[in-house]
Formats: sequence, C-alpha cells, structure tokens
Amino acid sequence: MEKILNNRAHSMNRRAFLSKASIGIGTAALSSLLGCNLLRTSENDLVTGQAGLGVLGSPHFAPKAKRVIYLFQSGGPSQLELFDYKPLLNEIRGQDLPESVRQGQRLTGMTSGQDSFPLVGSLFPFKQYGQSGAWISDLMPYTAKIVDELCIVKSMYTEAINHDPAITFFQTGSQQPGRPSMGAWLSYGLGSMNENLPTFCVLLSRGTGRPNGQPLYSRLWGNGFLHSLHQGVQFRAGKDPVLYLKNPDGMDSTSRRRMLDKIAQLNQQQLEEYGDPEISTRIAQYEMAYRMQTSVPDVMDTSKEPEYIYRMYGPEAMQPGSYAANCLLARKLIEKDVRFVQLYHMGWDQHDNLPNAIARQAKDVDQASAALILDLKQRGLLDETLVIWGGEFGRTNYSQGVLTDTNYGRDHHPRCFTIWMAGGGIKPGLVYGETDEFGYNITEKPVHVHDFQATLLHLLGIDHERLTYKHQGRRFRLTDVHGELVKDWLA
Amino acid sequence: MNKKMYSPLVITFCILIAVIYFNACVSEKGKTANTAMTTDRSVVPEVVDFNFHVKPILSDRCFKCHGPDEKTMEGGLQLHSKTKAFAALGKKKDHYAIVPGDAEASTLVQRIYSEDPAEVMPPTESNLELSENEKAILKKWIEQGAEWKSHWAFIPPQKPEIPKVTDPSWPRNEIDYYVLARLESEGLAPSPRASKEMLLRRLSFDLTGLPPTLEELDAFLADDSPNAYEKQVDRLLGTDAYAEHMAAKWLDIARYADTHGYQDDLERVMWPWRDWVIHAYQQNLSYDKFITWQLAGDLLPEPTLEQIIATAFNRNHKITQEGGVIPEEYRVEYVADRTQTFGTAFLGLTMECARCHDHKYDPVSQKNYFELFSFFNNVPENGLIETYGAIPKPYIKLTQKDIDEVVQFINNVDSLDEIPLMVMEEMEEPRQAHILNRGAYDQPTDPVYPNTPAAAGAFGEQYDKNRLGLAGWLLAEDNALFSRVTVNRFWQQFFGTGIVNTTEDFGNQGALPSHPQLLDWLAVKFREEGWDVKAMLKYIVLSATYQQSAKVTPALLEKDPENRLLARAPRLRLSAEMIRDHVLASSGLLNRTIGGPSVKPYQPPGLWAEKTGGGGGSTAKYVPDTGQDLYRRSIYTFWKRTVPPPSMMTFDAASRDFCSVRRQSTSTPLQALVLMNDPQVIEASRVMAARAVADGEGLEGTIRQMFRRATSRYPAQEELQLLVGYFQEELTRFEQEPEAASEFLAVGEYQQDNLLPPAEMAAYAMVATAIFNLDESINKS
Repeated sequence: MEKILNNRAHSMNRRAFLSKASIGIGTAALSSLLGCNLLRTSENDLVTGQAGLGVLGSPHFAPKAKRVIYLFQSGGPSQLELFDYKPLLNEIRGQDLPESVRQGQRLTGMTSGQDSFPLVGSLFPFKQYGQSGAWISDLMPYTAKIVDELCIVKSMYTEAINHDPAITFFQTGSQQPGRPSMGAWLSYGLGSMNENLPTFCVLLSRGTGRPNGQPLYSRLWGNGFLHSLHQGVQFRAGKDPVLYLKNPDGMDSTSRRRMLDKIAQLNQQQLEEYGDPEISTRIAQYEMAYRMQTSVPDVMDTSKEPEYIYRMYGPEAMQPGSYAANCLLARKLIEKDVRFVQLYHMGWDQHDNLPNAIARQAKDVDQASAALILDLKQRGLLDETLVIWGGEFGRTNYSQGVLTDTNYGRDHHPRCFTIWMAGGGIKPGLVYGETDEFGYNITEKPVHVHDFQATLLHLLGIDHERLTYKHQGRRFRLTDVHGELVKDWLA
Repeated sequence: MNKKMYSPLVITFCILIAVIYFNACVSEKGKTANTAMTTDRSVVPEVVDFNFHVKPILSDRCFKCHGPDEKTMEGGLQLHSKTKAFAALGKKKDHYAIVPGDAEASTLVQRIYSEDPAEVMPPTESNLELSENEKAILKKWIEQGAEWKSHWAFIPPQKPEIPKVTDPSWPRNEIDYYVLARLESEGLAPSPRASKEMLLRRLSFDLTGLPPTLEELDAFLADDSPNAYEKQVDRLLGTDAYAEHMAAKWLDIARYADTHGYQDDLERVMWPWRDWVIHAYQQNLSYDKFITWQLAGDLLPEPTLEQIIATAFNRNHKITQEGGVIPEEYRVEYVADRTQTFGTAFLGLTMECARCHDHKYDPVSQKNYFELFSFFNNVPENGLIETYGAIPKPYIKLTQKDIDEVVQFINNVDSLDEIPLMVMEEMEEPRQAHILNRGAYDQPTDPVYPNTPAAAGAFGEQYDKNRLGLAGWLLAEDNALFSRVTVNRFWQQFFGTGIVNTTEDFGNQGALPSHPQLLDWLAVKFREEGWDVKAMLKYIVLSATYQQSAKVTPALLEKDPENRLLARAPRLRLSAEMIRDHVLASSGLLNRTIGGPSVKPYQPPGLWAEKTGGGGGSTAKYVPDTGQDLYRRSIYTFWKRTVPPPSMMTFDAASRDFCSVRRQSTSTPLQALVLMNDPQVIEASRVMAARAVADGEGLEGTIRQMFRRATSRYPAQEELQLLVGYFQEELTRFEQEPEAASEFLAVGEYQQDNLLPPAEMAAYAMVATAIFNLDESINKS
C-alpha cells in the first residue's frame, strides 16, 4: 500500500518539482548549465549560490571594478614611518605632545598613564617619487616606484582605538561582532563569476615585524546574518588548502567520483519520493564540492609560474603561506574570476622596538605588493581589479615607552592613518587628504571607514544605501546608516 | 579566463534563463503569500485588517520617519499610534493624514499616489517604495473606516475558543483543531500519518538529538498497543539525551562559550553552568524557576548554591582582555549584552535598536532601553581582564565538597580542588544608570531607574526594582510576550519555523503568527499548567499535526511551499550538533558521558595557531583530545569564539557572540566537503561497517543494517542493489590496491578488529561513508 502511494507521489512530485523550476529543468540542471543556483530564504527574497546572480540581479550602475584584492595589514601600520612625511617631528623630537594638538582626545589604556608623550619622527628618510611627487620612506623602495599607479589616502580615520573593535569595524562596518564582512556583502549583492571556486577567498600570513602580536578571528570573513554561501573561504598552504577538501587516505578521485554518482542517484530517488527541492540543491552542492576538489589545488599550484614572475614578487613567493606567495596566489584567483580576495598580513602592532620591527615588516610586503600591481597591469587585469593596502588604524606621533636615539614605539592612533588603492576605477597618481604637521589630526578631506566602504561598493557598481539585508526587522548595510562616496578618488 | 569570449547568443540565452528563473522565484514567493498567509499583499483583500494588512506596510515603509522615534520624525506625522496618526497636521492644523472613510481627503493617500517626485511617499531617497497593491490596501483601509487595532503581541493572550472543524476524526488534541480549521478554510486536508519508522526517527531527533537505535526501532514496530507512540514519547523525555539536547538549544540563547571572545580569546570556565542546565532539564525544573534562577537566583531569599550557579547565564557574554581597552567602554558593552539577551530571549523584542535612539518601529524609547539596562548595571565587575588568567569578578569557587554534597550534577572529571565560575552579584549601592547619548559609554545624560517598556507591560509597584522583580514581571499573567515567545521557540524546535517565524522579533517588523489562536492557546496553557516543559513538549508531539508525513503533493507544494499551513510535516535538516552526534551514534562510537570540561575532537591542524597573536595561553594552539573524548556529544565540543569549530560552523551553528534564538539552515558545497572528508565521519564509517559485519548477516544484510542505522529504515530493493553494486566496485579496487584499503581503514585513532580481509572491510566502510552522505541521513523525516 505504502509502495503504491509512493509510486503515485513519485510521478506527481516530479512534475511539481519541475514546475517549481518553471522552465522545465530542475535546479540541478540549471545549476550546471548556468552556474546559477538561486535559493530562497524566508526573510529576504533571494540569495545567490556559488555562481550566478547576486541579490541585485545587476549592479546599480556600471561597475568600474569587477574584483577586489584587499591586502589587509593587520595590527595598524605606522603611517609616520611609511607614507606620512612629518619632518617637524624630527625637529622637535622629544618634546611633549602639545595639548593644543591632542585636544583631549582619548588614548588607549596602554599609554594614557604615561607621564609624558615625547614626539618622535621617523628614523627612516623620505623622498618624493613619480609624477605625483608622493613622499615615500626608504622602507618601501618597490612601492615608491609605482606611486603613479596609486591613490594614497593620508586622511583615513576610524572610531575604534583598539584592535578587536577596529579590525571588526573595518571588515564589517560595526565594532561589535555579528555583521557580514565586506566580501560577504559583495558575494550576496553581486553573486559569483565562476562556478568552481568560492566567491570570497581568504589568505593569511604572519609577518616578521612582530610575529607574535595581534590575532585574527574567523568572524572577520564571516557571513554574519547572510546565507552561509557568502562566507569567506580560507585558502591555506599545505596539502588541504580548503578545510576538508582532500579525500581521505585510500580514496582517489575516480573513487570519489564513483561515490558521488551513487549518492546522487540515491538522492535523486529521495527527491522523487519526497518532492523536496532542497534535495536537488544538495545534489548541486555535492557537484560544486567535487569541482572544488580539482579547481582549488589547480589554482594553488604556482609551480608553473615562470622565473621572471618569481623575480618580480621576490624569493619569498616560493614559500607557501608567505605574504609574497599569497600575493601571487591572489593574482591567480583573480584570473579565475574570484570576486573578492582578502589577504591578512599580521605583525604591524609595533608598540615597542618599532624601528627594527617595521623595517622587517615593510620588507615582507613591499616588493610583493608592488609586484602584484605591475603583474595585474601587464595582464590587463588592473583596470577591473581594485587593490587596497592598509590596516585598521595608524600609530601615535609620540613614543610609547622610553624614547632613545635609536629606539621607540608607537601606540594606536585612530585619528589619522594612510592606506593606498590602485586599479579598478581609482584615480592613479593621487595623494589624497592631509594631516597637520604633527601627524596627529586630519586637516584636509577626512575619510571615515564607512566612506571608504561606500566608495568601495560604488566602484563595484553598488549604491551602498541600496544593498541591504533585512534582519531583525531592520535593513542592515555595510555602511550602517553612514558613509559618503569619495568622488575625488574616482578615475 | 576573464578574457574568454562567449558568443552573444549564449550570453543572451543565459541571461534569459536567469531572468526567467529569477522572476519565477519572486512570483513563487508572491504565491506563497497569496494562499498561505493572510498577510498577503499580492491581492487587495475584501476586508482590510489593520494588524494583518496595514500595519506591516506602515511599519516597514513609513515608520523610519513617521514612527516612534521623535528625533527623526518628519512633517509632524507619526503613524505608530492612533492619536498621533489621526491628529491634525500643518501649521493651520487643517489637514489629516488619515480621514476615516474619506480616502480623497486623506493626505496619506494623496502623497502615496503623488506623481510629483518632491511629494511622493516614501520619498525616493529613502530607497523604499510601495507596490500598487500596497497603496490600494492603505487606501481601502481608509475607505473602510480606518479601524485601528493595537499591536497583537502587546495584548496579553487569553485562552481562545477551540474552533469547529468538519472532520473531527483527525484531531488528537486542541492543536489539531486550530491547524485543521485553517486547512479546511483553505480547502486543504492534512497529510496521512508518517510511517512508524519515520515517526520514531523524527521524535528521537526532536526530543534527544539522536537517532533511534535498531533495537528501539524494532521495539516500536513490534508494539501494536494503542499508546505505543506515547510510550516512546515518555521514554525519550526520560532520557539524559533529552536533557543534553534541550541544553544544547539553550546554549545558543545563553551565548555560551569556553573562551572570553575578544582578541586573544582566553579560556574561561563556564561549563559547570552548562552542567546545571542539563541537570535542570533532567529534573524538569519548571520553566518559571529555570528563568528566575538564571536571571536572579542570587537575589532569592537565602539562595542555594544551585540557584547561584544558575545566574552564570548572565555572565556568558564576551569579556575583553585587550591591553589598551578603556574598561568602562566594555563594561557598558556587557550590560548592553545582557539587556539585548533579555530582549531577544524573553520578550522577542529588538531592544538593542533603542540603544542609540528611540526604536524606529516599536514603542521602545531610548529611555526605556536604559531603564531596562539599569537592571543589569549593578554587577561589581570590571570592563577589562587586567592580568592573563584572572577570573573576571564576581565569581564563586566550587569545591569538591560542594560537588560531593550539594551540586552532584557537576562532573568534576579532572578532580579539581576548586572550580571557579563567574556568577551574578548585586552591588550594595546600585550603580546609577544614565541614558547614554548615541549609546556611547562616555556620554551619559539623564539618570534612569529600573523599569520596563510600558508597551510590554507596566512594571507595577509590587515588583522589587531589581532582577528578581524583573523576573516576576516576566512571569506574570498579564505579561503579553514571555509565554508566547517561549512556546513559539518550542514550536520552532519541532516544526523548523515558529508560529511567528521571526522568533526573535514579535514587534511591528516581526512576522505575524500563522495561527494566532493556537499561539495564544499554547501560551496560556503553558503558564496555567505550571510551566511544565516536558508536558508542553509532549503535548506538541502527541498532536496529529506533528505526526503527519513529510511527503509533499504537487498541489500542496504549489499552494504552500513554505508549509505555513502545516498540511504536512516539515522535512528538516539536522542541526550541526545533531549531524555529528548522529554519525557517532549510528556507528556506535558515541561516548555517553554527561557534563564536565569541554573536549576537543578532531579539527584540521593549525587553525588556532595560524590566527593567534602569540597570546591566548591554552587557546593558542588546538591540541585534540584522544581516546573516548573524541566521541562525546557535540554540546561538549570546546567553543573558541574567535575560531569556532569549523565543521559545526559550516552547518550553521550559532557563533555564540551574542544571544541567538534561530539558526539558518543552509545547503552549501562546504557542507558536502565536511561529510565527504571529515575524519570524524570516515572513522565512524569504518566503525559502523565493522559493527554491522560483526552481526554476520552477509553482504546484503550488512548493507541493509548500515543503511538502517543511518536512515532508520531499510533500503528499498533498488537502493540496496545500487549499494551492493557499489560495494563490489570498491572491493575490486581495494583488492587491486591493498595499500589503499589499509590507509582508508586507518583514518581516525579508534582501534578495531577487522573481521574480514582489509579490502572487504574498506569496501563496506566506503558504502557506509556514502550512506552518511545521503541527504536523507542528515534529515529528520
């Protein structure tokens, strides 16, 4: 009896399922055809699968950038040793930070108790480079050579004064955890451009400046309240580049294929019996997983890169998991049309022994960051790829701890810091914003983190006020209720 | 690759299909509303109801500028209250937004229909708009006299009448009358009862988080007595697994974790509180006590140690030790976290929206927020952990003597002399609370005192102005929200979706109940019958509604794809915890030890180490446990907030950063990878295979048994033959590659005797892995 009922349900449900897809092919078939895998949630109308349309369907306006590489410098790089040239600080070295400059602004608990705030200039000389005449310190010789490709913003500021809230703020628009990361928003809004790799890839490296400094948190690339398809997927050096990607020992890919075929057949029978479209989604996700098993190791394999590429990125590019290797990998992921590649390079939190530490740390990233720009350019990819270099805040103009002739430290400084951008619709050769001669306050064109985020979305064709997700009764945005487009940055 | 050219034809075709599919999804959603929800806006109803049709539109599109927040009010118009919405407008007070019965004279209608971009509402720059139907609904409501009604969730529930149904043979209890009456009004009939196997599977997962054993299945199938099903319900409610499963759900709400959650994310000891939660469910502690003790156990007269332990609930929030932090900034965050948790878990209100300004949608002012905040503001605590390893005050130390004599439910596995536990304590002099401008810790303005939002019920004189008084207010008969919010979560546990599907939001922006009378019936019953959790759960699972088959007919799928009408049982994926526990239980590996410090099962190496900043102490590097601790239930898996267990996060576990009352249920390729390759699954596969083989039932018998262990049913002949064929193919491969067989059988550290040659064992284990990867294996029905 049950059997008879099943058989009846079988034929009817199959029809129901097909009609549900409306055009006579099931989700799975559609998925393989288009890479389009649209799912519904109860809250918002649509979320997108690994490939295909985002919730916006098409961008709000023509995008300048199709993809992003975000070279996140975790810990708070000192703008004063790298990009923001302040000779006055060398002239009045050791003098106390005037209250007229500090203006009662809060300090972190690490230096608020200091007896004095001795000003200190960079130990590293600065020179001007390129058509733009941008000042760059000797710590960044390779970056210095490409200043005319860059838009250097000296007037960034943030609200948070410590790492956890500041980095969470930069990545998610909120100091407290729980909101989606930038890459997740883009995946949700724009969908994916490929059907073999995640939309949002994450690469970590540990710097030599202060290797034991600030931690990272997986929520920085989390999907928050968005569908979990939008989470950043970490790509790691080693045998298992994506968690759980590798087949267990004793199982090769032929054997894996065979198993997946059996699973698909059995799932298909369940689908016919129960008529639940979720089953066809599951079938499609197994296929995507299988494709990732091939596509991820392929893209991670940099052994076929020619010698000159390694010369560009530097010898460390040969070491898997290094910043340089990750820059090279970022380029490869972009070539495969991954939407958002996020690097995190740890070690910029130099509260003490800053001169030594920052010299090492800058060396970690200088050559490879510049090489990435040149490499993208020579491949014709830079126009459509937005590259961002920067950390969560800057560092104080006064020394944390004892100031000696050769040594000093710097505390967190949210009130001004420098980032740079290149490619994807950004005006090259621009030095934007200005700080006072003490390097403490912004004097011209301040840019808040939400302004930066609004502009990033704009470059990708998104009006930041119109990419929203309704959650707990409220329409959330990456920029919360703030953010102004920085038009001057647009090429 | 990016340069790859596609022919224009292909592109056009793809776009066409995408557009059609996109539209199909959208229109399908329209249809859902059309048939299943009375809140539907795709048609203009004959009689427009304020609560069901009008207010959801006003709230979502108008309240942002014309709602409760006075500071952002535009044009002097507020639409959230009757007096204000009907008040005269303009300098001359000569016009009205709403003129009952006269749409033409109502400026609201004029403005929403205006074609002048400077006039039209909502304004273009709001990025909000009204559909033609929505406009028509508002207009018709005014034409029909603009009857105003209070928000349903703020009116205390009263026991409604049981509706009449035409087919009285189906209902098993009152629940079914409400469900059936609604089905009949839509011209639908309920589904037949699920098969006994599927019923027991569903019931076991829903009540205990574990699958039924083969013996339990056999016993139930053999039991022809009329109350066979009820006997199973009683049996399951009496198990420890029930208590663990209920506790696992509570941990999301309580944002339980084993680390402090910020920056270096140091380890903390809160598991004795988790053991208490399990104990409370074991004992079926009445829900009023369960809540009162957690909110205010310390304020009870002569509190017991158990009641003090319960208050750790409000210390589960994150705490920072980051060097430069300004302590007061974070202390305020902790109080805000408690306030938010209280709002979400007990009131179903998004209280946190009123921290920086008056609530945009609900009648909760910023003052109301800080009045509620002030209940939780009197803890003698510090915002910052100043030395590594220090236990944030206030805390108690549980001694072995305490555990031996008083709180035996705490599993002190490691025989520690003292176990510290953060708990609540009230300062002798309450700390003065203030409204904080923009919610910022350093911008206090007016002082405030403990009180509750009037809309949710006045905080009468009879209540002490402290957390104990607050608990009393929550549990009072005239509290409109607490019982509804609670039974709605129970409902969600069984049906995947609450009667109000926005479990966290019963306010104006929340969903309306699919069965309002049923919700009230359950809410009143739960309170009147002594807040008896087991009795309430039993009542729900004894309903015919719960016992329906999950199979869906085409007509039903068409009419109610989201199953809001409950003409069938939902087909639900197992939760993150349940998936892992199911794999362990089905294989026989599951270790049934209850409680104690959290454990560290398999996790891909390096995940903690690569993200640490060198600090963190015991959380700097993940060292997996060995032996039996690898096989504990997932409720005991160590929860490091900044790097939570990846396999569980992949299956939508809550992050535990804050109170969470509802999880997503997604389907992703990363989930497939976990089930395909996680050593926990591969190891369990070979162990399950070995146990099945040990029963000596031959090839088909072994596969049948494995299939049944994972899915609770025997495979159909076709399915069986497919798996037998698969076994043969893998056997051939393993015979040709004996080293592959040994490798596959060596995954995981569990040592087993292989009764068969390695190639054969490995082939069975492959079949087992395939079975664990079936969609059916990770589904309840």
